[in-house]
Amino acid sequence: MFNLTLFIVIPILTAIAVMVCRNGTQIRLAAFTGSVVQLLLSFLLLYYYTSERATGNMAQFLFTQRAIWYEALHIEYHVGVDGISIAMMMLTAIVVMAGILMSWKIQTLTKEFFFLVILLSLGAYGFFISLDLFTMFFFLELAVIPKYLLIILWGSGRKEYSAMKLALMLMAGSALILVGILAVYFHIGQERWVHTRDLAQIAVMQFPPDVQKFIFPFLFVGFGIFTALFPFYTWAPDGHSSAPTAASMFLAGISMKLGGYGCLRVAVYLLPQAASYYSWIIVLLAVIAIIYGSFATLMQKDLKYMNAYSSVSHCGFVLLGIGMLTRTAIMGAVMQMVSHGLMTALFFGAIGMIYERTHTRQIEELGGLLKVIPFIGVVYVIAGLCSLGLPGMSGFVSEMTIFTGSWQCTGMFNRVATILACASIVVTAVYILRAAGRAVMGPIGNEKYLQLPDASWSEKLASVMLIGTIVCIGMAPFWLTKLIDADTQTIMENILRNLRLS
Amino acid sequence: MFNPVYIALIPLLPFFSFWLIGLAGRSLFPKYGSYAGTLVILVSFILSAFVAWQYFTIGSGGMTGAMHPQIIVFNYTWLQFSPSLSINMGIMLDSISVMMIVIVTFISLMVHIFSLGYMKGERNISNYYCFLSLFTFSMLGLVLSTNIFQIYIFWELVGISSFLLIGFYYEKPAAVAASKKAFIITRFADLGFLIGILILSYYTKTLDFQTLIRNASTPALSGDLIKSSFLGFSALSWGLVLVFAGGAGKSAMFPFHIWLPDAMEGPTPVSALIHAATMVVAGVYIVARLFPVYSMACPGALNVVACTGAFTSLFAAIIACTQTDIKRVLAYSTISQIGYMMFALGVSGYSGEPSLGFTASMFHLFTHANFKALLFLGAGAIIHYVHSNEMGNMGGLRKALPVTHITFLIACLAIAGIPPFSGFFSKEEILMAAWNANKLIYYVGLITAAITAFYIFRLYFNIFWHTTPPAHGNGNEATRDSHARKNKSGRELPVTMLIPLIILGILSVVAGFAPFGKLITANGTPLPMTFQPLFSIAPVLLAAAGIYTAYVLYGKENNLPQRAAAALNGFYRAAYKKFYIDEVYLFITKKVIFHSIGKPVAWFDRNIIDRNIDRTGESVSGLSFVIRKLQSGKVQDYAIYIVGGAVGILFLFLYITS
Repeated sequence: MFNLTLFIVIPILTAIAVMVCRNGTQIRLAAFTGSVVQLLLSFLLLYYYTSERATGNMAQFLFTQRAIWYEALHIEYHVGVDGISIAMMMLTAIVVMAGILMSWKIQTLTKEFFFLVILLSLGAYGFFISLDLFTMFFFLELAVIPKYLLIILWGSGRKEYSAMKLALMLMAGSALILVGILAVYFHIGQERWVHTRDLAQIAVMQFPPDVQKFIFPFLFVGFGIFTALFPFYTWAPDGHSSAPTAASMFLAGISMKLGGYGCLRVAVYLLPQAASYYSWIIVLLAVIAIIYGSFATLMQKDLKYMNAYSSVSHCGFVLLGIGMLTRTAIMGAVMQMVSHGLMTALFFGAIGMIYERTHTRQIEELGGLLKVIPFIGVVYVIAGLCSLGLPGMSGFVSEMTIFTGSWQCTGMFNRVATILACASIVVTAVYILRAAGRAVMGPIGNEKYLQLPDASWSEKLASVMLIGTIVCIGMAPFWLTKLIDADTQTIMENILRNLRLS
Repeated sequence: MFNPVYIALIPLLPFFSFWLIGLAGRSLFPKYGSYAGTLVILVSFILSAFVAWQYFTIGSGGMTGAMHPQIIVFNYTWLQFSPSLSINMGIMLDSISVMMIVIVTFISLMVHIFSLGYMKGERNISNYYCFLSLFTFSMLGLVLSTNIFQIYIFWELVGISSFLLIGFYYEKPAAVAASKKAFIITRFADLGFLIGILILSYYTKTLDFQTLIRNASTPALSGDLIKSSFLGFSALSWGLVLVFAGGAGKSAMFPFHIWLPDAMEGPTPVSALIHAATMVVAGVYIVARLFPVYSMACPGALNVVACTGAFTSLFAAIIACTQTDIKRVLAYSTISQIGYMMFALGVSGYSGEPSLGFTASMFHLFTHANFKALLFLGAGAIIHYVHSNEMGNMGGLRKALPVTHITFLIACLAIAGIPPFSGFFSKEEILMAAWNANKLIYYVGLITAAITAFYIFRLYFNIFWHTTPPAHGNGNEATRDSHARKNKSGRELPVTMLIPLIILGILSVVAGFAPFGKLITANGTPLPMTFQPLFSIAPVLLAAAGIYTAYVLYGKENNLPQRAAAALNGFYRAAYKKFYIDEVYLFITKKVIFHSIGKPVAWFDRNIIDRNIDRTGESVSGLSFVIRKLQSGKVQDYAIYIVGGAVGILFLFLYITS
């Protein structure tokens, strides 16, 4: 058996260690060690999980633990994992470790910086392992607040504005989620005399369609804001571009996935009939986000803004996969979450490295970086290639899974939506190559750049780790699909059962 | 009989050398990366030659009755979409894939050897060989695919290797622009391919080639496909036309052809490998791969293939007559010749006599790969010597470059279709197939044959005759493949560059005698190919006329070309400007995509959506500003509120009760 609480305990211990450290080196080492332990732990979890499944344990969630937290309101600390959450946790572990390595040189308020980053990771881990709606919400909040501080203290540009915008918009999302959770809780309390916030327990209850249709928008939009649902995405471009490198990596790499995961795990899983009823709206918004995001990216001049808008577009794929409600598409959505998390973290890492050296992110001012700082240039190009869906990297497999899954939805509307989503990969190629061609290739933009130092060991390690994972998924997607296949099947069966019964 | 291990090694060896050179090449063996790559390709070539020998000598194929059955060597589930749909990675041997692996490894080997001399002294030589290995791997994976999604994967991978190699001189804006253009245009076409795959896979319920072909071409099973229609065409036709659109993108068919001439910014050996012999025929290959479906279930889609091919072949041949950059002439010539292969497939039937087109197309693919690679490598040798791509800087080079001259001449004769060189035979079969199926296409092919002879000898005379040789190396500074080259030894070229030229030259002479009818046919049964001397009189005479015209105009220095150009004034200018297709594209991207879509979207984003989000925030804080005044902290104010509230409630109470 595996003790999932370790994923909560270790970040706390790391945070304490960071707080008691004396100097920068100690702090970095403490934070780094903590993240390495987390990574090893998540691999161990994967190993235990697969061997448990291999022995034929087909329970939906494994390694569950529960403890009553607040009896009167039936709030429980209830954790457990399935394949999807393990995939997300491994993503978190990798991105957090890469983020810590990328911020190795942070000089101002080092202690506070690493403390907040670790707090964020605690929120993310807690969110992914929670099976109790309230615990989930608790950890979600924990993953929002530190972002505000990270941006406002270590950010760049219009950081006060961006930090406030991001925090407020995400908080609005949380508020909607809270309303949704309470509605679910009180509904089953009144109608069924069952007081629980346990996901699996609620999922098997059949809510009346009207109730589902009422509650669903709260949960879906609430989580949707986190994953840049159109039109509530504007926190993303400003927030991403003002945030320091590690925070951008975390924000785009993990935080946006909290939303996607929540949409799938809470909104769609608990309220399948409403999901099917609202399916066309989700698909519509997703396609708008995909197309609109990619065209908006095309017009950006700042590398970070560019990547933020492209994240809007790529997260649209996640929502598209969820909205299509076919097993393949949902599997694709989960893969896209993992893939986009890694890819965008790599992207922001590369942009951070460029910005740290050249002090500009304007595409027009850069140029010829491949010659001066070849390692960073190559990292940027690789991130770009992953983003435009090159086979052999994770972006391709997840996008293709979504497209194939979406195509299973008949009807002119869904077909057109799928074709439009496919078309966006052309626009993606245009903006990626435009930026890479101008900033990374071509003649050297500025004489000053000739003296730039290439990546340091920590930056190299972080990039190699992310690239390695991306390529690993891209070359051998079967291990990821095997991990999540059974669980998408469970979600799908719940949807189908609900639709059959109604 | 076929051991999966060594067949798998054919593509995997370049794959390993890609990783090896890519990861360790720069730091561990910067000098020897090129030799490692070449050695690996050599082994790969030997293996594929062996497989080909084995495959074509196995004799009758038993159950299917076909001489050359399809053999799945292995097939591994790579990504399971749903119980019936999965991407498999596997190796399928049949006559066309075996032919292709031989061509790919052979041309790749020649290019590897040639590049040893040509790219000597380049700064990033190990990157160059790394990308070449990546390309060879992807191309081999493409031709050996068992699954339509597998072909799409490698399709994209060849696209990216082409992108990397065109942009090899990444410091030059022109090279970067060309690589972008190539990638984006083929990507756009691949969108069609992708949607085509989705359509085909949805209706045939599989991604596997064998099952797909069986399901789609069996009338009982393909009922759905033909019934369900959109805009008057069946789903199957849409699927096939869209797949062909992807092929047209890679194969630079009109209107996707514009990337190929620009792709000549890449190093010349790369042009020989990717943009002449192998990658650009991928479009022909995909049509050939799905040929049973095209010909049996959907002749309409095949007509599209035929018309596009025929039009492109003529169109590109006309442009080729006016270009002055020797690589661009060759690029348009490639487009034109691929058009030949396309329309040969388009006019073909599935079995028996009408299936001549299929065989002819594959035959031409084979011979063309040889002589076009030779032409490009020859051009590379010339550019290496002259340091310029422009015809104006050449002339009279036959003395200085004797070996190049002879081999180039052989290739020119081959492409012009002069017997007994290889191009003559394959072109002959294509024209025969066209004659039997569609007279209009036959005449287009015939005219194109004459124009082909003209432009290729225009090139030849301009390079090797025309004027007296210019002072050595006085080409302008804007040399494409610029690197310091010292010709101290007095020998024309390094021996590594001469060997491939000579080998390809010999092959361009003898390749035409290959018994293709016995080896490669649409349905695997041998096809008797008859050679009809009477039929070949017209094409050969026309080709000779083309050569003679070229000699008159360009054999010696005179003002006839200018007069001819002046006589054809408007038409000449249009052809020189490539019929303004580039401008159309520029208009679409600049004006339509950037200005009419991108800008409004960006404006909408900042001024509508973001503004409203900000406004929400502002109105909330404005509201709080109003409410804040209520909480002034003065006791007097509160007393007034209390009294006022009490009175208000009192009145309310009285009002309700009364």
